[in-house]
Amino acid sequence: MSRWVVWAPLGVFVVLVGFFFKGLTLDPSMQPSALIGKPVPSFQLTDLHTGKVLTSQTLPGVPFLLNVWASWCITCQVEHPYLTELSDQVPIVGLNYKDSETAAKNWLAKLGDPYTTQIFDPNGRLGLDLGVAGAPETFLVDSSGVIQLRIQGEVNDRVYQRQILPLLETLK
Amino acid sequence: MIPEIGHFALVLSFAVSICLATLPLYGYFTRQQGFLETAKPLALLQGFTLVVSFGVLIYGFLVHDFTIKYVADNSNLDLPWHFRMSAVWGAHEGSLLLWVLILSLWGAAVALLSRGIPNHVSALVLAVMGIIGVGFLAFTLFTSNPFVRILPFAPPNGADLNPLLQDPGLIFHPPMLYMGYVGLSVAFAFAMASLISGELNSMWARWSRPWTTVAWAFLTLGIALGSWWAYYELGWGGWWFWDPVENASLIPWLVATALMHSLAVTEKRGLFRSWTLLLAIAAFSLSLLGTFLVRSGVLTSVHAFANDPERGVFILGFLVVVIGGSLTLYAVRASKVSEPGEFGWISRESFLLFNNLILTVMAVSVLLGTLYPLLVDAVGGGKVSVGAPFFNAVFVPLTAILVSGMAFGPLSKWRQADDPRLYRPLIVTMIVSVVAGLVWPTTLGGEYSIATAFGVTIALWLAIATAADFGNKTKSFGGVRQTFVRVERGMIGMWFAHFGVAIIIFGIVMVENHTEHRDLRMGVGDTQKLGSYEVRMTELSVLRGPNYVADQATFEIYRGERLYKTVSPQKRRYNASGMVMTEASIDSGFTRDLYIAMGEPLDGGDWAVRLSVKPYVDWIWAGAFLMGLGGFISVTDKRYRQRAVEKQPESCVEGAKA
Repeated sequence: MSRWVVWAPLGVFVVLVGFFFKGLTLDPSMQPSALIGKPVPSFQLTDLHTGKVLTSQTLPGVPFLLNVWASWCITCQVEHPYLTELSDQVPIVGLNYKDSETAAKNWLAKLGDPYTTQIFDPNGRLGLDLGVAGAPETFLVDSSGVIQLRIQGEVNDRVYQRQILPLLETLK
Repeated sequence: MIPEIGHFALVLSFAVSICLATLPLYGYFTRQQGFLETAKPLALLQGFTLVVSFGVLIYGFLVHDFTIKYVADNSNLDLPWHFRMSAVWGAHEGSLLLWVLILSLWGAAVALLSRGIPNHVSALVLAVMGIIGVGFLAFTLFTSNPFVRILPFAPPNGADLNPLLQDPGLIFHPPMLYMGYVGLSVAFAFAMASLISGELNSMWARWSRPWTTVAWAFLTLGIALGSWWAYYELGWGGWWFWDPVENASLIPWLVATALMHSLAVTEKRGLFRSWTLLLAIAAFSLSLLGTFLVRSGVLTSVHAFANDPERGVFILGFLVVVIGGSLTLYAVRASKVSEPGEFGWISRESFLLFNNLILTVMAVSVLLGTLYPLLVDAVGGGKVSVGAPFFNAVFVPLTAILVSGMAFGPLSKWRQADDPRLYRPLIVTMIVSVVAGLVWPTTLGGEYSIATAFGVTIALWLAIATAADFGNKTKSFGGVRQTFVRVERGMIGMWFAHFGVAIIIFGIVMVENHTEHRDLRMGVGDTQKLGSYEVRMTELSVLRGPNYVADQATFEIYRGERLYKTVSPQKRRYNASGMVMTEASIDSGFTRDLYIAMGEPLDGGDWAVRLSVKPYVDWIWAGAFLMGLGGFISVTDKRYRQRAVEKQPESCVEGAKA
């Protein structure tokens, strides 16, 4: 067999290792979004608790987290205690996504309510505009309503410290 | 106290594996018989210490020893005992311990069953397995120790085993799969031993062949069990998802299948030596890669229950040493391998070469499809995913090509097989399979499906050709019984396995093209049609299980006027973790499964309900079982039990010269 062919498998492997090493340093929960740098899409939905109409104008005028959740979402329950902790540090607006009113209310009554406002989106319209793939997802929105960061999946201490907090501090 | 025994045994086995990885090699290179002979006792000692260690962990689960962190994290007082057993390998630390345990058991088996193999060869084989053991034991001890204690304040009750994994399927699936994954290390070690010693003859092929076949059979059954588990436990009703973790087991399986066939050529004809060595390295390397992909979180999927970059770096480093080292050694030595002998354009060799080519292309495409998202991400292209359409587009035509060849191979002969008379049975096979394949879809009702006609033709082609080959043999041996007694076991195994492939293909074609599937809103008293059945929801209730609360719907299935069966699918909520799981009701039958699962609760007390009829879906696993069975049958062949001691030195010399 010719001399160089036998080295080919090793060469392929070395290239793969390079990619793997790179892959290890990338965070799977980072998902770039086309919406970053764009304002939150306009919407007209109701508040889960009060039934009042909410629009993009009624969003808080300070940097906040927009958390997409649902009572059927298991990971949402997992991240819920952490969000409760976070709610002292940054306002969290809830987007109750494709859920039923009673189920959502029961869930909040049982597990606690860290949200300043709860946007009720039973048909997932705003979720669709936001390009939500599934719950939970969390967006960091600045004081003028522009999306700065998108986190797919659970927000935990690692995600908060590494991704959200550095950006949040520049916004404040 | 008792957990410390397990921990101590684990540390001891680490020490033993270091000895096993070094002493025999030292003995080999300095030509000291004494050191060479340490290999077998060390391999047995390693097996023993790990059995003790693993036994202690099982004991910890059985007696609810929540001072062990791993037990506290993955078990609780309510968990039934059989799930506490499977919880042992339900998460990262324990599954790694299972991995090394199985490695050491394969090593012990090699030590016990290698009497017909020259001493220096078995010593080298065990040393290579020892090196692998050092890496995995270091990984277990230093990054993933299952014996870490929570002292002095042990929790009164544990968390819970991931409910997804609280299932009888999980009791058998990981051990089977690991038997396969890790079993490939034996073929790898034999290949490495022959590369180290430079005795690149075909003897190593004979020695490693039964080991490879057994590992392959375990891998086949392990993958099938995993697929079956996903089918009835994940609540989606699919049987294969092209999930990265599934692919991670399929890729080594494809390469191991190629290896098994190429070993046959190397053993019988002394050809493809260099290629077979490479396949043996590749098969095990890919199973290590699978471990890396699953454990490191490089690819995220439902299975990755231990995402952790630090562990990933460790495994990657280990991969570099083992795979990089073995491929380097291969590159240095393989250019010296001679390939004596020739074969005709049409011969059993060429058919097996064809088989190897297709299987390799399949493995490479699955590998590419699995890694592509990672590669794109690494060059800054963002996250993409490669889904079933890609894999199906690649897999379906390649399988069709592979299967058409599978009919010719067994009928052909070594060296030269261009006599058309050999393939005469295939004329009838062709006619019958095409006609029956074309007619079959018309019996199903509904729109005529060309895909079904094609798929069924392929399945029949293989099934009939295999039967024809068997028929030929019964003629020459004079009867079925005589054939089974006198024909090589390897051939009987092949018939089973090839027939199994035909059955799998038939099952897949039917379930993919003719599943009737409906998502409905149903309340108590509602009736819906499902195929030739009527399904009526009669009751909704709430049940309390040992560690969960379940919403249960009861359905009566009618066939015409007659009550056929009552089933009760559930939606369970596990107390400890709050996770919600779907327990589908599946009525399995020879020609179809009725599948009923509960979706989400809807307003007004109704539920979203998923109803499906899945034709011939169980044939997929039945076929896989036949394949595995074929593997086990073929290793009972007499020639593997012979202690062919007298013959071997001769061929070693011959090989060394060549």
